[in-house]
Amino acid sequence: MRIGVFVCHCGTNIGGTVDCPQVAESAGEIPDVVFASDEMYTCSEPGQESIVNAVREHDLDGVVVASCSPRMHEPTFRRAVERAGLNPYMFEMANIREHVSWVGRDKKANTRKALELVRMAVAKLRNATPLYSDKFNVTRKLMVIGGGVAGIQAALDAADAGIEVVLVERETSIGGKMAKLDKTFPTIDCSSCVLGPKMVEVAQHPRITLLTASEVQDVAGYVGNFTVKVKRRAVYVDWDACTGCGTCIEKCPSRKTPDPFNEHLAATTAINIPFPQAIPKKAAINPEYCLHLTKGKCGVCAKVCPVGCIDFEQRDRVDEIEVGAIVVATGYDLFDHSVYKQYGAGKLPDVITSLQYERLLNASGPTAGHVKRPSDGAEPERIVFIQCVGSRDRSKGRPYCSGFCCMYTAKQAILTKSHLPDSQSYVFYMDIRSPGKGYDEFTRRAQESYGAQYIRGRVSSIHQHGKSLVVRGADTLAGMQVEIEADLVVLAVGVEPAKGALELGGTLHISADSNGFFMEGHPKLRPVETNTAGVFLAGCCQGPRDIPNSVSMGSAAAAKALILFSKAQLESDPQVAAVNPQLCVGCFKCVQTCPFGAIKESEDRFGNPKAEVLASVCKGCGICSVTCPHGAVQLNNFTDNQLLAEVNAICPLPLA
Amino acid sequence: MPDSLQKNDKTFLEEVERRSGQHMVECYQCGNCTAGCPFNFAYDLPVSKIMRLVQLGQREAVLSCHSIWLCASCQTCTARCPNNIDVAKIVDVLRHMAREAGYATERNVKAFGDSFLASVKKHGRLHELGVAVGYEMRTGRFLTDIDLAPTMIGKGKLSIRPHHLHGADKVAGIFNRFNEGNHD
Amino acid sequence: MTNSAIAYYPGCSGKGSSEEYDLSTRAVMRRLGAEPQEIEDWNCCGSSPAHMVNHELSAALSGRNLAQAKRMGHHLVTTPCPSCLTNLKNAQQAAWDEDKRLKINKLMDDECPTDVDSISTLQFFTEHIGLDRIREAVVSPLPALRVACYYGCLTTRPPKLMRFDDPENPMSMDNILAACGIEVVPFPLKTDCCGAASGMPRNDITTRLSGKILDMASELKADAVAVACPLCQMNLDLRQSQVNRARRSRYRMPIFYFTQLMGLAMGLPEKELGLSKLAVNPEPCLARAGVR
Repeated sequence: MRIGVFVCHCGTNIGGTVDCPQVAESAGEIPDVVFASDEMYTCSEPGQESIVNAVREHDLDGVVVASCSPRMHEPTFRRAVERAGLNPYMFEMANIREHVSWVGRDKKANTRKALELVRMAVAKLRNATPLYSDKFNVTRKLMVIGGGVAGIQAALDAADAGIEVVLVERETSIGGKMAKLDKTFPTIDCSSCVLGPKMVEVAQHPRITLLTASEVQDVAGYVGNFTVKVKRRAVYVDWDACTGCGTCIEKCPSRKTPDPFNEHLAATTAINIPFPQAIPKKAAINPEYCLHLTKGKCGVCAKVCPVGCIDFEQRDRVDEIEVGAIVVATGYDLFDHSVYKQYGAGKLPDVITSLQYERLLNASGPTAGHVKRPSDGAEPERIVFIQCVGSRDRSKGRPYCSGFCCMYTAKQAILTKSHLPDSQSYVFYMDIRSPGKGYDEFTRRAQESYGAQYIRGRVSSIHQHGKSLVVRGADTLAGMQVEIEADLVVLAVGVEPAKGALELGGTLHISADSNGFFMEGHPKLRPVETNTAGVFLAGCCQGPRDIPNSVSMGSAAAAKALILFSKAQLESDPQVAAVNPQLCVGCFKCVQTCPFGAIKESEDRFGNPKAEVLASVCKGCGICSVTCPHGAVQLNNFTDNQLLAEVNAICPLPLA
Repeated sequence: MPDSLQKNDKTFLEEVERRSGQHMVECYQCGNCTAGCPFNFAYDLPVSKIMRLVQLGQREAVLSCHSIWLCASCQTCTARCPNNIDVAKIVDVLRHMAREAGYATERNVKAFGDSFLASVKKHGRLHELGVAVGYEMRTGRFLTDIDLAPTMIGKGKLSIRPHHLHGADKVAGIFNRFNEGNHD
Repeated sequence: MTNSAIAYYPGCSGKGSSEEYDLSTRAVMRRLGAEPQEIEDWNCCGSSPAHMVNHELSAALSGRNLAQAKRMGHHLVTTPCPSCLTNLKNAQQAAWDEDKRLKINKLMDDECPTDVDSISTLQFFTEHIGLDRIREAVVSPLPALRVACYYGCLTTRPPKLMRFDDPENPMSMDNILAACGIEVVPFPLKTDCCGAASGMPRNDITTRLSGKILDMASELKADAVAVACPLCQMNLDLRQSQVNRARRSRYRMPIFYFTQLMGLAMGLPEKELGLSKLAVNPEPCLARAGVR
């Protein structure tokens, strides 16, 4: 075999603590290495060209690049090798940056280790064989999970580009958190006025299938060919017939049904439409509170419905849907602030969350837009806003900044002044984070034009005192303790990934960071991709972000899906398991251990039991290969021979 | 003239961190400790400012303040610190350091503690009347709490004679060894 | 029900200013089938003055008490005093660190044990006796008595040391007194500081802080306050006259140890509860509540 080795300096990233020319020189002495050189930036255009030229000039049939993590540039170099006329899998990478230069300062030791890693890569390559991808068709259909503003944007963009879209939403209406908001910063435009038309567009779009009251249960398959099981929750109403007239809601006697849309500030009816602009505008029954479904009584809705669409016999069902790509836009939920016992733990009626306050400000909310405090319905005069409740708080396991609370608190302070001109708002903050366009101007307007008193410090405790709330805080700029008697306290509660997101992530095989937000493919360069091909991210499921950012990300995710759909066929990764039928004895231990169901029991033409790999399902994890007692299942490009050669390269057998 | 930050006494910060086991850089000055401190009204430096001054290595300003003597170790700051810093322990350590460096900005607080420990050293147990008398001797404030005496005596709560335990010498031994040794 | 023995550390105030706490605690424990065995020849824990001087000195003083308990064969100590408890717990925890243990042991004749735990009597009643057994022992519930439970700062703090109840909204005393048929008032200042040991050197601080607690109890129309700490009791009860003078208030608010109220509900004889030792006479309040 004729192997070429290219040692990358990566500027000073590697060259600073590894003697790259020395590594290249020593690599030249490894058996089968016929060419070795060091390059300043191997991934650059001239760097890649030098690989292509060397392959041709030295008649190489394998290439090793010693540089960075394969995560980023393995595809780059495989393409270069392929351009030079070799099979792209006749290539190995030695990571001498993350594994060497960035973790050690001792140049001598680093140089030695870098050479060892090169030795291993060469040994592995010497045992490699060319691999060839299969081509497969793509189902040109997109599923968007989550019907908040990010999911809506992704669905509309993809559908407008001609793709069939299935939009799955857990609640009975799309709209997400944005539908609950009153106005939006920094323009104070009405949230539902800008979101509403988009929601209607979704409903009317010929290429969007809208599945609300639905949840993704299971996802199987791979990029281009996913099979998704969607649970369609029974709503006990035939939505094809329901006109959304609301007669049933007027007559429903179960009037103490929890109203999550109004953040539990008020109750609703067992049959309800969550808000006037709901899409679809269809009634749904909450079975836990319906007198007919719980006690077999009532049934008033069925009697009064003019189109007879009430269907108490409706049951949950599961649909199987084939799609080629998935956009995850599951959004966020509020942190459970009841862990703050010093703030009343959610038990003081007039200490409310920021989202509850949105509902109080909102004309379609439980108070028709009149700001009244929950305890006695009185108009508050002194309102305290507390930022960072469940954000930037390690003691509560929430070390991160929730990103948009500074902005909506400024907005709420401004709106408070317009609703209640005689009111005084106080805002406790640690830092004002307002880096968006027009954002800082906005937070200053809250202070300068709307008289909100900003107090730099945290609040230690809140307690009830007669009809007021005593807020004990600090003004660290004045260097003093402050106490405010307030009528209403609004907690800017931090955000966390939506309930159920973690389980969904498991089904999709996408990972989450330590705070539970889904991991992007690369923090800078692949912000909407995941490490599972064909699964993209949009909105707050990836990290806290405001509306404009969520919308941008929705569009970006749609664009990534469209790129995928623009290809007639995709190429499979050939680095999958393969069975050697001569060695396989048909014990099927591999079938039992495969976590993806990618190996099936089969037989050869003589009727002998043999394992068979479903290459399109296999994820290349290698569990089968270590399970097989006979070494009959091997993972392509990670065969036992290759791995043992690597081991031997760093632990040479002692000479007898 | 502005203070030069280069003049900071880094050994002060290091000593506080070592003796308290707390990582001072984790304090981001949210002010929660000051916000909840019941003694803040009597302080010359709010506790969050003490934290900042320690970060800045301001030995003199911190060890000479009144606040560290007035802190009652009620633990409110520790219980509510969003960064899990044991603030009360830091104040405790600062008090040790102030005492060792000869500061006693709140003379009466120190006098009370001293007469308390003197009583324990002598008898092995606390003799409440002895502490009061010792305190008054040290401070010259002879009428402190004299209004409470009739009630206490009437209720049989003020024993004239100290309890003396068998192991009193063992307790005195602890104090003696402590005074001989060099402790931090 | 078998008698279960537990090492008992009364603390110095239990032999002086808070004798009634010590008396009533022992009486109630016995009534509930527990046998408090006083640590032989125990010494003062040094209270806050010791830990304000030096942590090893403080740990050595409490370490001797833990060692005495261990010598008697105990691995669990209970004490009614939160300040003593803090020191006992701190001593054991410090001894878990080898470096600190060496320093502490150098001050002592014996060694500070690492395997003797300590808990408050509040925790003992909550976790070792349980509300059911308390409820069974009640013979005369006191539904007409409105009581604000005041825990003070140290009963549940610092949370990592105490590992008992909630540091912001403790409920153990409320639950116990409710089990005794007493009406407990939700009290927002449960864990606020009473002024602690500043009573003598800085009386202005103590009267102000204790005054706030009395204000709140009075505003909530409590008949009395229940406490679990000798220092809290002294500041609110004995110093109530000083508070009244400093703040021009006229409170006559009885301040009970929670064990005294438990004893009342369990029908224990007066001499075991030491009600007469309270500075603010509780009799009018008890008469109003129909106890007398």
